[in-house]
Amino acid sequence: MLDNMSDHEYRKFAARHIPARLFAAEDFARVRRALGRKVLFAQGDIAVAYGALLAGCRFFAGYPITPATETAEIMSRLLPRIGGSYIQMEDEIASIGAVIGASWSGAKAMTATSGPGFSLMQENIGYAAMTETPCVIVDVQRSGPSTGQPTEGAQGDIMQAKWGSHGDYELIALSPSTVQECLNLTIEAFNLAETYRVPVIVLTDGLIGHMREKIVLPEYDDINFVSRKTTAKAAAAYRPYDNDGTNIPEMANFGTGYRVYITGLTHKESGYPSTDSQADHHRLVLRLCNKIRDNVGKIGKVQRDYQNGSGDRTVGIISYGVTSRSVFQAVKELRQRGFAVDHLRIITNWPFPEAEVAELVSRCRRTVIPELNLGQMYHLVREVSSGANDLVPLWKTGGELHTPQEIIEGVTG
Amino acid sequence: MEEYRHRLMDYVREEIMPHRFCTGCGCGTVLNAFVNAVEGVGLSPAKMVCVSGIGCSSWIPSPYFRSDTLHTTHGRPIAFATGVKIMRPDLTVIVIAGDGDVAGIGGNHLIHAARRNIDLSVFMVNNMIYGMTGGQVAPTTPYGVKTSTTPHNNVEPAFKVAELVMTAGASYVARWTTYHVFPLMESMQNAIRKRGFSFIEIVSQCPDNYGRRIGLRTAVEFLHQFKEKAVRIDKTAGMSEAELADRIIIGKLCDRERPEFTAELHALTRRIVAALKQEQPA
Ligand SMILES: Cc1ncc(C[n+]2csc(CCOP(=O)(O)OP(=O)(O)O)c2C)c(N)n1
Ligand code: SF4
Ligand SMILES: [Mg+2]
Repeated sequence: MLDNMSDHEYRKFAARHIPARLFAAEDFARVRRALGRKVLFAQGDIAVAYGALLAGCRFFAGYPITPATETAEIMSRLLPRIGGSYIQMEDEIASIGAVIGASWSGAKAMTATSGPGFSLMQENIGYAAMTETPCVIVDVQRSGPSTGQPTEGAQGDIMQAKWGSHGDYELIALSPSTVQECLNLTIEAFNLAETYRVPVIVLTDGLIGHMREKIVLPEYDDINFVSRKTTAKAAAAYRPYDNDGTNIPEMANFGTGYRVYITGLTHKESGYPSTDSQADHHRLVLRLCNKIRDNVGKIGKVQRDYQNGSGDRTVGIISYGVTSRSVFQAVKELRQRGFAVDHLRIITNWPFPEAEVAELVSRCRRTVIPELNLGQMYHLVREVSSGANDLVPLWKTGGELHTPQEIIEGVTG
Repeated sequence: MEEYRHRLMDYVREEIMPHRFCTGCGCGTVLNAFVNAVEGVGLSPAKMVCVSGIGCSSWIPSPYFRSDTLHTTHGRPIAFATGVKIMRPDLTVIVIAGDGDVAGIGGNHLIHAARRNIDLSVFMVNNMIYGMTGGQVAPTTPYGVKTSTTPHNNVEPAFKVAELVMTAGASYVARWTTYHVFPLMESMQNAIRKRGFSFIEIVSQCPDNYGRRIGLRTAVEFLHQFKEKAVRIDKTAGMSEAELADRIIIGKLCDRERPEFTAELHALTRRIVAALKQEQPA
């Protein structure tokens, strides 16, 4: 018990828990030992947790919810084994709050939830965007609205992920289609959060979250570890939101001597509130958005499986997340039947890859958009297409994946 | 001639003074007491993180106190502070916010932090009203008071927040008023030194948005009332509930040794890591 330690001993002990900025190979080796074998058969929820640990996540705060609970369970078991901290908070509002607090204390931090909890987190996600706090939020989507179908997968939070909090801001959202990708994209999510100082949402769903697939754990050299850019300036010369031209300010973690003031109020470069200046607000919000929008090319990831055809039998399919799995099969069959099929799988939902979508839609006689909702990404596709093309939304709700046959019918029907 | 500079100016963010509090607001008194208490404990603000919510009282530390400060969302400072304290247990983490923030919208975080007995000091400014939004009823507004959203009368009883926090498991709980500045300063020092969840309810005045509704127009009238209504906790033994109904019980409600959350958490981590090292030496 630490209670028997002197104050001095306690402080010394505590200092050892201050997360290192760099994730050393020894730390990584410790994580790998904790995870076990290199090749595993695991659920999406577990792959997400493994990805987080491999990326250097050292803090997790969460609240149990189906179908995301397994991530919290794994984090509670493994984080202490590698010197990190897990806490079950009283609700999801508190969970994301604690994550933001831990991030300002220097930790790579994450929470995981599903729709109802994701809805509760929205105010503080906006706070993270406004204060430019790196953090990762996993949303294992389930059928909604409200309590809906807790154990069933869905893709109903695509819009909420971007527009869930009030005001204008940008963040990053990623959609894995396989269990391996749950792991890879969670590592990517941490790197993006640290690079751009934004909340990054990993949008899995109840189907992938609970599905078991083979995964292969990466080696240290396979991963590019990114940590936030911290300031080297003297405290007197440092201002928390100075723009060095990159639109991404240098961060000063708490307890490093900079005595920063961080607020969700509109603030100036000094960090101090500016609640009635139109110019200050506009400058701030524009920078928050532009640091993402100007980097769409670097952030955005898609997978193209194109035949680059043109003419009557050329069709496009745009998919993301779990739905892509049925599309893969449908594409095979359609090609056997003589269709020229271009499949665009969107990995980065936000920022939305407008250019790729516009290019595809303009070329294809018909573009099919299967989603496990009543048409959310469909709106975005429509927005960037000229309007002259045939856009076919393929809606499905209730927790079942589209069959390849349903997608084929969308294309041929 | 050398310019006069108050010895405590290094503790505040001079560049954004003067502060925004209304004339006679108790928030200034609390800031004063807090800064004195920090000096009294001999704590460097560089080793502190202050976390606050939304409301007039939340402005006491953020932006005015010169430590790392996290000005969070309404009701949530304790949740944010929990993440800070777990990752940086070597720093002193303080929460200062209003009654609406801490006990109203944030009440759930309050009781759970007290239950965990996490090493935070929470100083709740209880002005019995939602001050910043213009004087709406709070969970701490006394029964029978007319506010802007109880224009006919408040028919809800007020929360006894200090007693609630004590019951929930905090190590240190006290209640003072802005009239009792010196005992408040001393109490703040004890709270900061205490390893565990410490909570001080500071009964304070909001002349602008509460006082004018109850006929107390100035800070002086409020302070007179606090003085008259205050009863030291050690004098309450023989008093009935009815006798105490309109009084403000002041003093230390509890000061006890209980396992502290971050110490427990990190000790557990340390044991697990040590056991693994034995199993598989590096
Ligand atoms: C989620 C949310 N709900 C409501 C508000 C509006 N609001 C701002 S301050 C406040 C009340 C503040 O009262 P209190 O915490 O007692 O602080 P005081 O101003 O009295 O010091 C409210 C309701 C808000 N900012 N956020
Ligand atoms: S409204 Fe009340 S609490 Fe707010 S600054 Fe004015 S007097 Fe103080
Ligand atoms: Mg109040």
